[in-house]
Amino acid sequence: MADPILQLQDLTKAYGALKVTDHVSLDVLPGEIHAVIGPNGAGKTTLIGQISGSLRPDGGSIRFAGEDVTHLPMHARARAGLARSFQITEILPAFTARENVALALQAKQGHSFRFLRNVSRDRDLNERALACLAELGLSQRADLPAGILSHGEKRALELAIAMACEPKLLLLDEPMAGTGREETDRLVEVLGQLKGRYAMLLVEHDMSAVFALADRISVLVYGQIIETGTPEQIRASAKVREAYLGEEAA
Amino acid sequence: MTASSSAEAATAALSPAPRRSRETLIAAIAFLLFAALPPVASAMNDTFLVFFAIRVMVFAIAAVSLSLILGFGALVSFGHAAYLGLGAYSVAILAEHGYWDVTISLPVTLLVCGLFAAVTGAISLKTRGVYFIMITLAFGQMAYYTATSLSAYGGDDGLTMWGRTEIFGSSVLGDRTTFYYVVLGVLLLSYVVARMIVASRFGRVLQGAKQSEMRLRAIGIDPYWYRLVAYVIAGMMAGLAGALLANAAEFVSPAYMSWHRSGELIVMVVLGGLGSLAGSIVGAATFLVLEEVLAHFTEHWRLIFGPLLVLVVLFGKGGLTAMLGGGRKNG
Amino acid sequence: MSATLLAVQTLNGLQLGILLFLIAAGLTLVFGVMDFINLAHGVQYMLGAYLAVAGYGITGTFWGALLLGLLGALIVGLVLELLVFRHLYDRDHLDQVLATFGIILFLNEAVRAIWGSTPLTLPMPDILSGSFELMDGLRYPVYRIALIAAGLLVAAVLYVLVTHTRAGMLVRAGATNAPMVAALGVDIRRLFMLVFGFGTMLAGFAGILAAPILVVEPGMGDNLLILAFVVIVIGGIGSIRGAFIAALIVGLVDTLGRGFATDIARLVMSPSAANGVGPAIASMLIYVLMAAVLFFRPTGLFPARGG
Repeated sequence: MADPILQLQDLTKAYGALKVTDHVSLDVLPGEIHAVIGPNGAGKTTLIGQISGSLRPDGGSIRFAGEDVTHLPMHARARAGLARSFQITEILPAFTARENVALALQAKQGHSFRFLRNVSRDRDLNERALACLAELGLSQRADLPAGILSHGEKRALELAIAMACEPKLLLLDEPMAGTGREETDRLVEVLGQLKGRYAMLLVEHDMSAVFALADRISVLVYGQIIETGTPEQIRASAKVREAYLGEEAA
Repeated sequence: MTASSSAEAATAALSPAPRRSRETLIAAIAFLLFAALPPVASAMNDTFLVFFAIRVMVFAIAAVSLSLILGFGALVSFGHAAYLGLGAYSVAILAEHGYWDVTISLPVTLLVCGLFAAVTGAISLKTRGVYFIMITLAFGQMAYYTATSLSAYGGDDGLTMWGRTEIFGSSVLGDRTTFYYVVLGVLLLSYVVARMIVASRFGRVLQGAKQSEMRLRAIGIDPYWYRLVAYVIAGMMAGLAGALLANAAEFVSPAYMSWHRSGELIVMVVLGGLGSLAGSIVGAATFLVLEEVLAHFTEHWRLIFGPLLVLVVLFGKGGLTAMLGGGRKNG
Repeated sequence: MSATLLAVQTLNGLQLGILLFLIAAGLTLVFGVMDFINLAHGVQYMLGAYLAVAGYGITGTFWGALLLGLLGALIVGLVLELLVFRHLYDRDHLDQVLATFGIILFLNEAVRAIWGSTPLTLPMPDILSGSFELMDGLRYPVYRIALIAAGLLVAAVLYVLVTHTRAGMLVRAGATNAPMVAALGVDIRRLFMLVFGFGTMLAGFAGILAAPILVVEPGMGDNLLILAFVVIVIGGIGSIRGAFIAALIVGLVDTLGRGFATDIARLVMSPSAANGVGPAIASMLIYVLMAAVLFFRPTGLFPARGG
C-alpha cells in the first residue's frame, strides 16, 4: 500500500476541560477521498483548523507528504501542497474570479516581491487562471467581481482556487454547506471528476454526497473517531448507527 | 473583514477596466493643470498661487504614499506625518552641517525614513485594528517629541535652512519655477511608481490581504512581509515629500510631524476616495484649498471643517472621485 | 541625583500616572466593549478643565467648579454619543478615526473661539493649597498629594464597580465577547452609553484635577490622549487592571526619564553631548517601552480578550 499523504497521530486539543479533539488518528491515501462525518459539535471544524494550521494542537502530530508539519504555520503548509476550502466561503470579493485564481497561481510560482510588470497583462497567468475556471464551469463569470457571484459559484470558485495551488491534498470543509439541491448535485459531480487526481479529506454534513464520493469514512463523535471504514462498513456498523445515524433515522 | 467593507463596496461598484481609465483621466487632468499653472500664475502676476501649488503637490506626494498602504492595504497608519518630518529634518540637519548636495541628502533621507518605517512597521504590523492605529500614532508622536527635544537643531522652534538642496553642486532649485517643476516631477514619479506597484504581483498580494488575510494564508502567502515592504516604500515616499517641504519653506519644525498632520493626510486620502491614487492628489488639493478658503472667512475655520468631516463620514461614501464619477453604478 | 529629588520625581510620576489612568480607564472599556476607537476622548479631558474654569467663574469655589465641570463633561459626552458616536459603532475603524478626528478639530477650535488661546488657570481650594514636609528638606504641595489620593480612590471604586456589580460584570463580559453579551439579551447600546458616559466623566475629572497645576489651554488633551493610547496598548485593551498598572508605569518612566536621562547620559558621554542626547532619549523611553511590551506580549500585559 502507498504511503499516506496525510497522517494524523493522537491529535489532541482541549478548551478547558472540554476535549474537542481526543486522540484522533487518521490517514488519507494518495488519490483517495476520505470523508469525516459526525454530528454537530463533534469537533470537525476544530480538526480542520488543526490540519490546515489555523489552530495549534495540544498534542499529537500531523505528517503531510512525508514531513512533520505539526508546528508549521498555515501558509507554509499551503506551500507544501495542502489546499483548503472554507466552511464559510473565503474569497476575495473585490477581485474578479480570474484574479482570485491568478493570485493562487502566482503564489505557487514563488515569492511575489515583483513590482514592475503589470500582473493583469500576464498572459500566461491569465490563461491558466481561465483554464482552472473553465474546469469548474466558471468561464462566463471570469471577469465579474467575485463578491457578486452566487453562493454556488463562490463555492466552485473556492475549488478553482484550491486546484490552482496544484495541491497534494484538498481539505474540503463542508463544501455543500448552504447550497441548494441542484448546486449540491453539481458539486458532487465536479468532485467526482476530480477524484483520483487529488487526495481529499472531505468534512461534510450531506450524507448522500459523502456516501456517493468517499472511499473511506471516519465517524467523529465528541472528539473521538469511533469508526473508520468503507461506506458499506459504516452503513453496517452498529456503533455508528447508535451514535450517529440512529439519531437521524429516529 | 469589517475594516475594509466600505472600501470594498466602493470598489466593487465598478468593474476594473472603467475604474482604471477614470483613474488615468483624473490623473492626466491633474498633471496638466499643475504643468500649466506657472505660466498662468506669472501672467496674472500671482506668486502666491505658485507657492500654494507647490504645497499642494508636496502634500499630494505624501497622500499618494499613504494611499498606497491605506487604500490598497487597509493599513490605517496614523503616524504618516512622521515621515514628512523625518525627510524634512534629514535634509535640514545635513544642510546645518554643510551637506547641501542631493547626492548625499537624497540617499540619507530615503535611508532614514526606510529604517524608521522598517523598525516601527515590523512591530506595529504584528497587530491589527485599533492596536495598529494606536501604535502608529504613538510612534509618530515619538518622532514628534524627539524633534522637539533636539535643542541643537532648534527644538520646539524648528530649524531654518539657509538655502535649498543643491543638485550636483548647482543651486538651480533656488529658482522658483525650476523648483516647481522639480516638485511636479517628483509627484509624477511617485504617482507612476505607486501605480505600477498597485498593478504588479506585489500589489495584488497587498490588495488581496486587505480583503481576506485567511484566504492568502490558505494559498500559501504570509501577508506580513508584503505589508512591511509596502509600509517601508510608503515611508520613503513620504520622506521624499518631507525633503521637498523643507526646501519649499527653507525651514523645518516639529509641527510637520504633529499627529494632527497625520490625521489630515488620512482625510486627504479618504476625501479623494480609497483605492484611487489620482484621487489622493485630488483629495490633497481639495483639503488644502478648502483650508485656505475657509481660513479666508474665519480664523476658526476648523469649526466648520470638523463637522463637515463628520458629515462626510456619516453620509458620504467612496470619496470625491466616486462622486465625480457618478457614484455607485451597481447600486 | 539626590534622594529628595528622586522622591519628588517619583511623586510627580505617580501624579501623571493617575491622570493617565483616569483618561485611559474609560477609553479602554470603550475599546474593549464596542471595538470603537474614540480619538475625541482627549478633548473630554480638556473640556473638563475648561468647564471647571467656567464653573469657577459662576460659583467662585473650586468645589462648585468641580461639580459643574463634571456635569458639563457628562452632558457634552452624552450629546456627542447621541449625535455622532452611536452611528459609528458598526462602521469600520477608519470611519471612527475620521469622525472623531473631526470632533477634535471642532472642539479644540470651539474652546479657542470661546476662551481664547491664552492659557487659563483654576485656583486650587484653600484647604489644599499649602505644602507639607514629606521628609527632611522636602516639602510637597498638599494639592498634588490630594490628587494622587483622589485618583487612587477612584481607581478603587472603579475596581469594585467592575468586579462586583452586575453592570461591571456585563462590561467585563462585553470586553471579552460583545456579541455573546448582546445575544444574552442585554441592551448593549444602553450598556455602552453607561460605559461611555462614565468614561467621559472620568476624563473630565482628570482635566479638572489637572487644571490647578497644569495650564488650561486648547489642545491640552491631545498629548495625554496619545499617552493614554500607549497605556492601553501596554495594559491590554479592555482591562481596567492593565490600564491602572500601565498608567503608573508610563507616568513613572516618563517623568523619571525626563528628570534623570541627562544625568545618566552624562555618565557615559561629555556633558554637552549628554545635554543634547538626554532629552531625546527621555522622550522616546515610553514608546520604546511600548514596543518592547508589544514584542513580547502582542496583546498587552493583561489582555481582556481570549484569556
